Amino acid sequence: MTGLLEVNNLKTAFISDDKTTQVVRGVSFAVNKGEIVGIVGESGCGKSVTSLSIMRLLKGTSGTIQDGEVRFHDQNLLDLSEQKMRKIRGNSMSMIFQDPMTSLNPVLKIGRQLMQGIMLHLKYPKEKARKYAVSMLESVGIPRAESIMNEYPHQLSGGMNQRVMIAMAMSCNPELLIADEPTTALDVTIQAQILELMKELREKQNTTILMITHDLGVVSEVCDRVIVMYAGRVVEEGKTAEVFENPKHPYTEGLIKSMPKIGQKQSRLYAIPGQVPDPANMPKGCKFAARCPHVMDICTEKEPDLIKDEEGRKHRCWLYQGEYEGGEKVDVKSSTGN
Amino acid sequence: MTSNPVLEIKHIKKYFKISKGWFAEKKYVKAVDDVSFSIEKGRTASIVGESGCGKSTLARLVNGLIEADSGEIVFKGNDLTHKNEAVWRTFRQPMQMIFQDPYASLSPQMKIKDLVAEPLLIHYPKMSKAEIEKIVKETLDICGIGSQHLSKYPHQFSGGQRQRIGIARALVLRPELVILDEPVSALDVSVQAQILNLLKDLQEKFDLTYLFISHDLSVIDHISDDVAVMYLGNIVEISSRDTLFESPKHPYTQALLSSVPDKDPKLKRERIILKGEIPNAANPPSGCKFHTRCPFAMNVCKEVAPVMQTLDNGTQVACHLYQENQS
Repeated sequence: MTGLLEVNNLKTAFISDDKTTQVVRGVSFAVNKGEIVGIVGESGCGKSVTSLSIMRLLKGTSGTIQDGEVRFHDQNLLDLSEQKMRKIRGNSMSMIFQDPMTSLNPVLKIGRQLMQGIMLHLKYPKEKARKYAVSMLESVGIPRAESIMNEYPHQLSGGMNQRVMIAMAMSCNPELLIADEPTTALDVTIQAQILELMKELREKQNTTILMITHDLGVVSEVCDRVIVMYAGRVVEEGKTAEVFENPKHPYTEGLIKSMPKIGQKQSRLYAIPGQVPDPANMPKGCKFAARCPHVMDICTEKEPDLIKDEEGRKHRCWLYQGEYEGGEKVDVKSSTGN
Repeated sequence: MTSNPVLEIKHIKKYFKISKGWFAEKKYVKAVDDVSFSIEKGRTASIVGESGCGKSTLARLVNGLIEADSGEIVFKGNDLTHKNEAVWRTFRQPMQMIFQDPYASLSPQMKIKDLVAEPLLIHYPKMSKAEIEKIVKETLDICGIGSQHLSKYPHQFSGGQRQRIGIARALVLRPELVILDEPVSALDVSVQAQILNLLKDLQEKFDLTYLFISHDLSVIDHISDDVAVMYLGNIVEISSRDTLFESPKHPYTQALLSSVPDKDPKLKRERIILKGEIPNAANPPSGCKFHTRCPFAMNVCKEVAPVMQTLDNGTQVACHLYQENQS
């Protein structure tokens, strides 16, 4: 298994007036071919900015990538010209966004929007592109695909529009699909349909999926591996089942415990005290220390490294750093820089 | 089971007119179509359903923010149906509402202390300044906002803190019934847990009755005593929380429960994936409104709307599968 996508020490910051606020603070991870990997975390943890940085879609915002590499097929996407990047985007790498209503162009018919990418990347002539677009719509479970080609996004429901987005993203048969909160705007019964569809895509076409979400339920449902982010850093990574069963980082543990679960009759929920630190004013040491039930002296002094233990799990927590003295440091570079 | 309900809703209906133009055929969205339920003192009754099922319209009807077309709203024995605004106003003190969006529901130009004092100024115009300040401080403190924050503005707070302020604003009047419309949907999980715990503590402390509206079944399971499931303007099933989650009767309830992603990756159960979309509320299917997506649909479902009936375990369900005397 080789890494299809490798993100190394990615740092992205937003610059406003005279202030630079780093929101992705040295993120490293790899996604292997055919895997579904989830990035999970709460608002402001940097998960969406990570995905936008990978796609290099920060242009037009005040965000800039300050450092790091995004290796896709052994080339660093951050070195490519915009022109070359355009050939990759929507072609071998595509993205689905959270809100299908605002991501589709409201004044263009579904068919035209779908065919644009197909004609551009696959160089199909118009008639062939049209037929192909219809077949794509059918493959994502859209009824009466032929007539929907001539309709506008506002005529369709949220779930249908999200299917159109998926059809669009899948039309050039991408190797990597980045889905940023693909089901957050949808109702549960429709969410179940879309998640089922994504699993099917992986099975049939071996598509690699990077799923960005705040919903641990979605992660446990579809992801093979999960990366937990907090305050712009990866704090834990591992196989989904292992992370859920035995979370190492206190933040992961807190997240899992604070979710209400159906059929579990607790009178009170576990709640992580306090709140996420302000990205413009990050505390010294471990960023979770102020909310952590196991906080020690060292935690507020020095930030722990992301370490890979012998089971292949990664975690960034002083609780385990003594134990794994010999453990492999994953981000040696990032432990000093900030 | 009804002995002393705080709130009783009987056959309430609200249709919104959607026809355009003078001569166009009159068309309506039946947002709430003949809904009845009641809530006992000190309990939490929840309404769950997907977007467009009418749950938020129902909350606004109960609070008198919109007027019902027909039916009865009885609050502590007082019939509030078709009463004018002045009458409603006297009942807003014991009947408060907490909204979904903590960003939109607080005026950005007001300080926290003024935001929380505002309801008192309206309902108790003769109250002294010192007394108002005392109650405001006390209420904010109970809701977890310290007195050092009194002179701050809403933008200086996080989403979770703003929701605490929204809760304080409702509680400052010491209501008996609190209507909560998706109170935790805009919050992150860790903050959501804090707010849910706070709501439970407050209920115990002030003996509050909650009408809780949500689309999130795991939140509903956590907080409710009784649950009503709505689909396209109708309640399809009402039951106690335990019975509903352990043995859901209506095929829609079964599908809803089954669509919730498992929080345990090892559990791989067979799920019921509903086919198709939620039908347009302006043009709902005939008969049982769920028949287009129901895996058990029979011929009768397309023609006859099922009536609510009570099963042996106390569940009330509107489904032909459980109809005893089918004609």
